[in-house]
Amino acid sequence: MPSEDAAPTLDVDQILADPGVRIVVCCGAGGVGKTTTAAALALRAAERHGRRTVVLTIDPARRLAQSLGLTELDNTPRQVKGIDVEASGGELHAMMLDMKRTFDDVVLQHTDPAKAAEIFANPFYQAMSSTFAGTQEYMAMEKLGQLHARGEWDLIVVDTPPSRSALDFLDAPARLSRFLDGRMLRLLLAPARTGGRSMFSFVTAGFGMFSKVVQKVIGAQLLTDLSGFVAALDSMFGGFRQRAEQTYRILQARETAFLLVAAPEPDAVREAAYFAGRLREERMPLAGLVLNRVHRPAVPGLSGADSLAAAERLAQVGGHEGTVEVLRAHAALAQQAVREQGVAARFTEAFPTVPAVSVTAQPADVHDVDGLRTIGAAIGGR
Amino acid sequence: MAATEQPAEPAGTWPARLHVVTGKGGTGKTSVAAALALGLAAGGRRTLLVEVEGRQGIAQLFGTDPLPYEERHLTAAPGGGEVRALAVDAEEALLEYLDMFYKLGAAGRALRKFGAIDFATTIAPGLRDVLLTGKVKEATTRSNGQRRTYDAVVLDAPPTGRIGRFLNVTAETARLAKVGPIKNQSEGVSALLRSPMTAVHVVTLLEEMPVQETVDAIAELTQLGFPVGRVIVNGARPPVPAGREVTAAELKRGLAAAGLPTDGRTVTGLTREARDQQVRRELEDSLRAELAELGRPLVELPLLPGGVDRAGLETLAAALVRAD
Repeated sequence: MPSEDAAPTLDVDQILADPGVRIVVCCGAGGVGKTTTAAALALRAAERHGRRTVVLTIDPARRLAQSLGLTELDNTPRQVKGIDVEASGGELHAMMLDMKRTFDDVVLQHTDPAKAAEIFANPFYQAMSSTFAGTQEYMAMEKLGQLHARGEWDLIVVDTPPSRSALDFLDAPARLSRFLDGRMLRLLLAPARTGGRSMFSFVTAGFGMFSKVVQKVIGAQLLTDLSGFVAALDSMFGGFRQRAEQTYRILQARETAFLLVAAPEPDAVREAAYFAGRLREERMPLAGLVLNRVHRPAVPGLSGADSLAAAERLAQVGGHEGTVEVLRAHAALAQQAVREQGVAARFTEAFPTVPAVSVTAQPADVHDVDGLRTIGAAIGGR
Repeated sequence: MAATEQPAEPAGTWPARLHVVTGKGGTGKTSVAAALALGLAAGGRRTLLVEVEGRQGIAQLFGTDPLPYEERHLTAAPGGGEVRALAVDAEEALLEYLDMFYKLGAAGRALRKFGAIDFATTIAPGLRDVLLTGKVKEATTRSNGQRRTYDAVVLDAPPTGRIGRFLNVTAETARLAKVGPIKNQSEGVSALLRSPMTAVHVVTLLEEMPVQETVDAIAELTQLGFPVGRVIVNGARPPVPAGREVTAAELKRGLAAAGLPTDGRTVTGLTREARDQQVRRELEDSLRAELAELGRPLVELPLLPGGVDRAGLETLAAALVRAD
């Protein structure tokens, strides 16, 4: 396989077994098997390396969630039963992220109950906690920070949200800070800080024009709700930002390993390359690339073209229909493998030092622990 | 082009004027949306292909520079049609909207300077969606004198996980704006999206998760009252032929007749490939049956071995428009 010898081979077992590694973050485009990869790695860490592991999943397929014993979104880690940890002494726990509840918890932690109740009732909070672009990413980070702070786990494996872009996960804290530091927010806060007078009582020339527009467009009720929300939020600013920055620093530390997950398709590989570039910029520890769903012919010596030519010859002779079908199927597989190598090479050419491992496509989808174990073994390379 | 060669009026097969294309991430919804815009433009019509997520997926697909917030010629369609493209940006849409209704001028620029727009669309994501869909509505219903500007508008919409919330603009904004222009705007958008002028198409692959999400999305869309159009299976291979498993002896004879090696490794290797293939095909068939149960028109687009290039898009476009 000419394109594969460019990159060093990724040894996930070395990462999973390393007691210095406390967090593994799986990231990549949607639809590349990120959640399955995270679950398979977590299972392997528990069964093979004896680590007390928790996997934080964001939006698992229903049957995969069931296979881990996750029947509801309850935001607390549940131990996964029926796995093979007798020899290793490891444990596997799994949880699904409940975005809204995590946000509520953060609010409760940073303010008194009366104020929290006021915040929960505000329509802007309701909108923001369930739909804010980036809330899911931010809350995943928050949950990661919480799990890490509890110190109960040897290893936390995180599946990142199926974002518009994999980068959203990294950008969430910065976006939140920008939002909280925004000039707009300061302006809206001014009345709360100057004793509750109308936000428009201290107008500057530019702002006068602006306030006229705002009142015209969104109406007085909306403004009242908005200043109420912003004022309530004000008390929590410091805490919010501090935590986001803390988690960000944890992600930069040596105890973290980022694994890019991709499939040999142009979009997924492009996304992985963007992400690798970003991790480098942010000085975050990129451990390697897991390339899922790779097709590999079982008879590599027979090329697609030769196989197809032979199939056509046999078809003309007649009497070998079964073999013709087999040869055509092999030709399609061999050609696909060549194409996939070309796509994967785009990543290795751009990042020749990033270790990579290819995982052969499974004929059927995975939704039980045995299937996860098989995937884990394939990623581990045995 | 002679009149007899005129393709069937799209009204026959794709009756809506606004086509919303969604699907799980990774199913190729952008390619399908582009192919649909191309197919519906064929034969001298004009269509608009719109994206709303700032991904510049259309530019990547067509290998052009990033699209601005401006309707631009994208490509010519077979038979003299034209596809135009537009990347809607919420901030620009808000300024345009304010300008249209309030003649803002300098005040609009002031809004931007204060970060008001970033703030507004951050704190109230429903507002962002109203602006995005509002622009789509405007393009769909625009006319120059007697003639509609676009025969069809195709929206490369957010993925299945977010589509219900994205389209359900009234619910999202009703929470925040009880009266006023935002409320009116969202009601206008909602009326169009729930009318027969709109069809929401769901793109899937013959894989378990995309099919599950398709089923869930259609249930959600139906419950919210949005007209569901077609289920589009992308990258489909034809159904399994009622073949039987080939025996090792049979395969050995065949390989010998073709002048290929007949050693044990080759024979077992090829047998294993054939068996895996069979397992995969049977799974695909059962997923296909699951999709058929939805009772929606199903369109299958062929797997393009070479990826989606320009010729590939035309292949998909032809397959889409041909489908009844």
